[in-house]
Amino acid sequence: MSVNAPSRARPRGRRRQALLGWLYATPTAVFVVALFAVPLLLVVQMSGSRWPLLTGNRGVNFPDNFTKAVNHRFFTDSVLFTIKYTVLATVLLLVLGLGLALLVQESSRWNNLLRASFLIPSALGLASASLLFYVFYSPYASPLKSLMDAWGFTFLGTPNAALFSTTFLIVWRYAGFYMVLMLVGLQGIPADVFEAARSDGATRWQIFTKVTLPLLRPTLALTTVLCVTGSLLAFEQFYILTKGGPDNSTITVVQLIYQVAFQGQNDLGVAGAISVIVLVALVLINAVQLRAFRSEES
Amino acid sequence: MRRALGRRTALRAMASALVATLALGVAACGGDDDKGTGTGAAEAGPNGVDDGSELTLWTRAPLEKQANLLVNAYNTSHKNKVKLTVVPNDDYVAKVGAAAGSGGLPDLFAADIVYVPNWVNQGLFQDLSTNINGLPFKDSINKGHLSAGTVDGKPHVLPFVLDLSMLFWNKKLFKDAGLDPEKAPATLEDYAAAAKKVQAMKKPGVYGTAAGLNCGGCLVFTWFPSIWASGGDVLSDDGKDAKLADPAAQKVYSTWQDLWKSGAVLPSSESETGPTWTAAFTEGKVGLMLYPATLLSSTPFDAGVAGIPGPGGGASTFVGGDGIGVSKDSKKAAQAWNFLSWMMSEDAQVEVLAKNKDVVSRSDLANNKYAAADPRLVTINEVAGKGDTPVAMNFQQAFNAPNSPWLTLVRNQVLKGGGDLQKENGEITAVLKQ
Repeated sequence: MSVNAPSRARPRGRRRQALLGWLYATPTAVFVVALFAVPLLLVVQMSGSRWPLLTGNRGVNFPDNFTKAVNHRFFTDSVLFTIKYTVLATVLLLVLGLGLALLVQESSRWNNLLRASFLIPSALGLASASLLFYVFYSPYASPLKSLMDAWGFTFLGTPNAALFSTTFLIVWRYAGFYMVLMLVGLQGIPADVFEAARSDGATRWQIFTKVTLPLLRPTLALTTVLCVTGSLLAFEQFYILTKGGPDNSTITVVQLIYQVAFQGQNDLGVAGAISVIVLVALVLINAVQLRAFRSEES
Repeated sequence: MRRALGRRTALRAMASALVATLALGVAACGGDDDKGTGTGAAEAGPNGVDDGSELTLWTRAPLEKQANLLVNAYNTSHKNKVKLTVVPNDDYVAKVGAAAGSGGLPDLFAADIVYVPNWVNQGLFQDLSTNINGLPFKDSINKGHLSAGTVDGKPHVLPFVLDLSMLFWNKKLFKDAGLDPEKAPATLEDYAAAAKKVQAMKKPGVYGTAAGLNCGGCLVFTWFPSIWASGGDVLSDDGKDAKLADPAAQKVYSTWQDLWKSGAVLPSSESETGPTWTAAFTEGKVGLMLYPATLLSSTPFDAGVAGIPGPGGGASTFVGGDGIGVSKDSKKAAQAWNFLSWMMSEDAQVEVLAKNKDVVSRSDLANNKYAAADPRLVTINEVAGKGDTPVAMNFQQAFNAPNSPWLTLVRNQVLKGGGDLQKENGEITAVLKQ
């Protein structure tokens, strides 16, 4: 008894502490459960049930929705297109973001003006930006109409034109954002490292490849993960600009989910199944990316 | 609110309560939508209840003008107040679907008539058979709309706004091109010839014709009538087989393919997904076009109107537009019926719709004073009788969806001048059969 006495007082204190900890964590936990866990479970439930949009849940039918999803006539096309778009957008955005960051990093008189002008498009919502470009690209209302007429091309008329026009919108909208991320990374590199390299007689190119890039790795990892995830989930820009056209050539995976759910098939079950497939793919892709960056680091 | 009730309304409410008790006593009413609350539409009498309730109504953007006119006229003359929500065309199904799943549908909502068969079947609308069958003019209500909303012989939906596809031509451009501005092209071939003639003027920014070539709904609306006009059919009677590879349809595609190749079609038509498909004609930059009759009042110049011709002649129209009904979630069905019964009355049909140069949904009111003043309205009303409304369960997926097989078929046939027509028609049938 007497041996146990001191140890009894300790757990009580610990328990109180634990209780307090739970209390502190509750608000976050409530939000995570309500806004993340519950919707996620709902999607998983949908993917395993017959669930027409207009009539609601009709009971379990696993795994029908998944076979239907994979056999959907646009499933393969949309996956391939999404990957193509992701590679294009990621390469362009990262290269441009880094380039712009290097450009504005050097303190000069135009510095602030340049930073602001690159960043302004980021202040516009993606949907608003897409609408802006919808008019800009429209062969009917565009200010470039006479040019389009003279050269006989349209921005959204052919599959490739539609892809490049949409990518241009995304680059315009996000390059400033990635520039800022890169800038933060660049400024995190201590100045004496550059000084040392310079006094060792390294050229600008050598400094960039041997000093800047390796030290920028954490930033590059962050931006790559952000950009790849964002591009794989592309929706608004294509929904507004191309609606998956012309001739179903620009359907992204998320757009396919939307079309299956709300535009015709109206089947939330199959849409949920595609969502689950996308979710699993995203988790895997991000795990691989993070591991790749980490292993190079060590 | 209660205190403000007029004596007449109170009497009417008492009467409806009496009717309700009687109906319950007889138990003749088999409507499972009436949850015994006494506010079912069937018990509310022929005019429903006007007791100052607030009703909600949803419609889609293309019919905003007509919906606003109707709602404003109703609100100024009734105690009930209708609150109108206009939803962009592309988002309408998603919004209704989400609301239907969560039991949050408005009291009244309109639906594109081609979706009505499916939505009625899914139980989104209350059974209005007692009320509609009680209307003295039931037989003169537009048949296409009424039958689209009828399941097991029970009508659920009334025509909200009729939208007919018609051949519109710009009289001034016709005159400039040396065509008779008072004479409509009688066949689809004449239509193509007229478009080429307008194009041949080489006026900057002016084109022969235009179409929504990346908009399945627009193409259904404007090209099906050409097939009907030449005696063809687009669907089997049960709505499960597509007949869009038949000779009549082929003739329509080849005419348009020729028009497209000749450069007489507005170039932006190729990528037109719907939002601006009528804009160029409204601005007077297109010679002639298959165009929605609801836009007659917003067409600022002198335009001629005729039925849509087919290859070799004939005239037909797509009786489109929206049907409206009381939603499954409405707790104010009696008040909602008050709006619907007013909407079908001569007051609303003639003094609101016809006055705005819209088509009335009752054939007995077709020859009203406004129609007499504008012969184009007489033409539209006449062609309305020859028109058709296709009925199919999976209409949206087969035709209207952005990735519909119908759109693939038309784009292959017209823009690319190729494709396997039988296979593409088979794809449509496959979707219709699902």
